[in-house]
Amino acid sequence: MPKAGSRRSRRRFSVEAFVLLPMALAGTVALAEPPLQPYAVVGDSIPRPLTGQPGDPDAGRRIVADRQEGLCLLCHSGPFPEQPLQGDLAPALDGAGERWSSGQLRLRIVDARRVSPGTIMPSYYRTQGLVQVAPAFVGRPILTAEQIEDVVAYLATLRR
Amino acid sequence: MPMPRPSASTTYEKSRTSTRHPLALTIILSTALLALSPAQAANLTDNRRSGYAFMGPPLRAMQDDDMTNPASLWQRDGETLWAEPIGEAGRSCADCHGDAASSMRGVAARYPAFDRTMNRPIDLEQRINHCRTAYQKAGPLAFESHDLLALSTHVARQSRGLPIAIENSKALHPFLAMGRSLFHERQGQLNLSCAQCHDDNAGRSLGGATIPQAHPTGYPLYRLEWQGVGSLQRRLRNCMSGMRAAPYAFGAEAFVDLELYLMWRANGMPMESPAVRP
Ligand code: HEC
Ligand code: HEC
Ligand code: HEC
Repeated sequence: MPKAGSRRSRRRFSVEAFVLLPMALAGTVALAEPPLQPYAVVGDSIPRPLTGQPGDPDAGRRIVADRQEGLCLLCHSGPFPEQPLQGDLAPALDGAGERWSSGQLRLRIVDARRVSPGTIMPSYYRTQGLVQVAPAFVGRPILTAEQIEDVVAYLATLRR
Repeated sequence: MPMPRPSASTTYEKSRTSTRHPLALTIILSTALLALSPAQAANLTDNRRSGYAFMGPPLRAMQDDDMTNPASLWQRDGETLWAEPIGEAGRSCADCHGDAASSMRGVAARYPAFDRTMNRPIDLEQRINHCRTAYQKAGPLAFESHDLLALSTHVARQSRGLPIAIENSKALHPFLAMGRSLFHERQGQLNLSCAQCHDDNAGRSLGGATIPQAHPTGYPLYRLEWQGVGSLQRRLRNCMSGMRAAPYAFGAEAFVDLELYLMWRANGMPMESPAVRP
């Protein structure tokens, strides 16, 4: 019989691997998710931080690189030498802080459909208008307001 | 004789009512589009590739050789079960169907198929369970149980190399339309549709995993990730969890409709069951 294990150990994660951790967390913490913070869109940007204060770029880097939390590397690549498995469904994140202002980055993460209606990039700060959502994620945005600010702060540091 | 129904399918019925109206509309619109013969479908989709085409040589070799294909173990168990008299009727599959190599040749390639008693399509697993319940008087096997996978692997093996041949019957059209709209509907917390990955981004890397075109040519199959054999519905549940969608219950009508649509979409492609996938 084949040595399935040897292949498996080299294996890259698969789609379902992304859900296991958040599912487990959802079962234990977060009994009631606070309602979403209101935000104002100006042009193609959300100029003001969702939390009223700037985020932490180091925490943001961790979220972006984390396959269960940010999920960004499912679709994007970026400057993460420690992550050999990255996606190619979307532009590389390198230089994002040069291409976009913090406000523009914020809108692209909060609700990418606003700038690109048919996009596959999920709206990270949205709970309405979704169908067949798994119970663990109902009423919860993909990232919290704090996490989004951390991600924006990190992306703003990405200059070539 | 009514089909055994998984108890969880009632939950699905409830949850589906909220989306029934938009779906019903899509059905009306897309039934017209589905009125294609299998041959036409094959002509329109020359670029179709099995998941096999996206695998490296070692996995292909593992699938091709019965000696190394781990699913052979399940198939051999299925062969044994095929000959065992069971249930109140004390009959074996072989008592009625004889040698599977001839009686089951090409059968899996045309499932899900329309069932008159159910008045809807049923898949191969449900068909086998129907024989267990109605003819062997033995009660249904649980979805994904070893014995059901063993039997379905044994039956599906008899279609290896034969073209997928979902019947172009009017009775199937509403169910095909439902499956097609489920395939194109965005769902889950990530708000993705099956089509966005499998039609629009096939061949690309989803965080390192190559996205296949989702042709169900090889089920039941051995998946390295599972370290075991699983059904197409198990595969679909994996994708739904990845989208952070609530997976339908095993045996749910929505699943059979999706399976039917996927098989129809792959009409004419050769069966590989039991395949191997990463
Ligand atoms: C399911 C795939 C997917 C995921 C997951 C995803 N994105 Fe995107 N993203 C895209 C696509 C596709 C685009 C291109 C825009 C479009 O679709 O028109 C994009 C665009 C962007 C852009 C603007 C493009 C540019 O020039 O840089 C930024 C910034 C971005 N994404 C950041 C993120 C971050 C940060 C995450 C994780 C928190 C993330 N994305 C998760 C698919 C994805
Ligand atoms: C985010 C992208 C994505 C979405 C959305 C998605 N899938 Fe998949 N699917 C994949 C990937 C990646 C694989 C291959 C996984 C692997 O090899 O580890 C796969 C595998 C499959 C396969 C197996 C093909 C084979 O060769 O055996 C089928 C069938 C399938 N998906 C159907 C679906 C259906 C139906 C849906 C919608 C309910 C869906 N997928 C949604 C990414 C996706
Ligand atoms: C008492 C006789 C009997 C037994 C025992 C029996 N079947 Fe059947 N089976 C039938 C009949 C009759 C049909 C076709 C008529 C129908 O649809 O009910 C059928 C149809 C099928 C089909 C669908 C064939 C097609 O062309 O669509 C499959 C697959 C099948 N049986 C598998 C099995 C398996 C596996 C077993 C053992 C677990 C089994 N059967 C046991 C009588 C039996």
